[in-house]
Amino acid sequence: MTEVISELMREHIQRLAASGTRTDGRAFDEPRKLVVEKNYIKTAEGSARVRLGNTDVLVGIKIDTGEPYPDTPNSGVLSTSAELIPMASPSFESGPPRPEAIELARVVDRGIRETKAVNMENMCIVPNEKVWVMFIDIHVLDYDGNLFDASSYGAVAALSCAKVPASKIGKEDYPLPLENWPVSVTSARIGDTIVVDPNLDEERIADARLTVTTDEKGDLRAMQKGLKGSFRLDEIRRIIETSQRVGRSIRETIRT
Amino acid sequence: MKDKEHNPKQLKLIDANGIRLDGRRYDELRPIKIEAGVLKKADGSAYIEWGNNRVLAAVYGPREAHPRHLQDPAKALVQCRYNMAPFSVTERKRPGPDRRSVEISKVISEAFASVVFAEQFPRTSVDIFIEVLQADAGTRCAGLTAASVALADAGIPMRDLVASCASGKIGGVVCLDLNKDEDNFGEADCPMAIVPRTGDVVLLQMDGHLTEEEFHSALDLSIKATKGIYQLQRQALLRRYATAAQEGEEPPRADIREPPSEVNDL
Repeated sequence: MTEVISELMREHIQRLAASGTRTDGRAFDEPRKLVVEKNYIKTAEGSARVRLGNTDVLVGIKIDTGEPYPDTPNSGVLSTSAELIPMASPSFESGPPRPEAIELARVVDRGIRETKAVNMENMCIVPNEKVWVMFIDIHVLDYDGNLFDASSYGAVAALSCAKVPASKIGKEDYPLPLENWPVSVTSARIGDTIVVDPNLDEERIADARLTVTTDEKGDLRAMQKGLKGSFRLDEIRRIIETSQRVGRSIRETIRT
Repeated sequence: MKDKEHNPKQLKLIDANGIRLDGRRYDELRPIKIEAGVLKKADGSAYIEWGNNRVLAAVYGPREAHPRHLQDPAKALVQCRYNMAPFSVTERKRPGPDRRSVEISKVISEAFASVVFAEQFPRTSVDIFIEVLQADAGTRCAGLTAASVALADAGIPMRDLVASCASGKIGGVVCLDLNKDEDNFGEADCPMAIVPRTGDVVLLQMDGHLTEEEFHSALDLSIKATKGIYQLQRQALLRRYATAAQEGEEPPRADIREPPSEVNDL
């Protein structure tokens, strides 16, 4: 559902942008405050509650044994889902996942998979028969914009504190080794202005969105353009540079 | 190196002379054929062969938007449904939308949203249907390219056609337009779509591993390629409407089993 945003707010945001600031006083390239609380859920193998400004996301990891996919008999299985529960926003409704939730889960999944955050070949127990299956479940609790980044930070933080329940196969539980730290940074274009980590007011009037996931070297691992508008090439170039720079400090916050 | 884990078959995707498995160089497209107006019932349609991809696109509308609560009193909805036929891939695909096709449908709808003059048709919907009949990687780009021709064939007013192409990286080399093997065993893939007249990027995705420089050279390759694809789109429309004008009547329905014989090597 598209929410009705008053033209006043649009004008307000654009007027502020012209004078170099935003509704919450941030600079264009300044993300909101990120708070990460790891091991939030005891019944999960790994979990994290992430607050990015007023956006609040809880990510839980469940790990169990299962069968590998036939085309990757020596690899564990990773599966990511997202639920936009009605509690989190007046615009979310119950029911089967909408395209927005599917895109969110797939973009978070792609960042983790393509960065090889988890070495899936270490997640094999018996080739062709038994592997570790990891479910990343994204639960949005409070929606104030930029679910892509909040969910992605939550997923990486939850993975970083996850335990492989090896006691289920007669061994000792051990921490899931995280080999890479993907960080996604989402930018939105509002008129001629590009802002990083858009809040809900900004997101509602944004023309186009670009999520860039980088690794520790600053290399690109995943990208997703969204919304109905377009980007010029020089804007894409600028967004990538910002994502690398902003990503570095966010990575440190998630790690600690 | 790292690439080995990507490449269990130890396929050499690109040889010492820079020649790829199917004989192309790094900056070569697969052969592309486009034909406009291939379906009777649809308001507009197009068929594309892109290497071993075979994709049909149809457009209906502007027509009344359903469900009605989705109607926008200010403009038309642009809705795309990308679908793969169960027999279009080696392992049968279960019919109906999966998560991948829901995502692709969403990004293609968004790619066309700023190109169609939607304000001219309030409360309506422009429905784009993309059916992948045979898949060999790059189906979203092929589908989007065909859908663009189908929109024009349906007479939908647009700012421009949209042309689409992917680039990626195989065997450490940034290459244009990956085929299935290259996509499966390569290191990265980056589909994009552009409005050729303005240079605006309306679709951009990436997965894999590219340095910043590699990404920019991949984007450059794709942009160059879309210029040629744009010409093929225009030619397909010209062919259809030049014939129509000559006969002074509705254009003949082309048989999709026998596409035009010329091969456009770019």
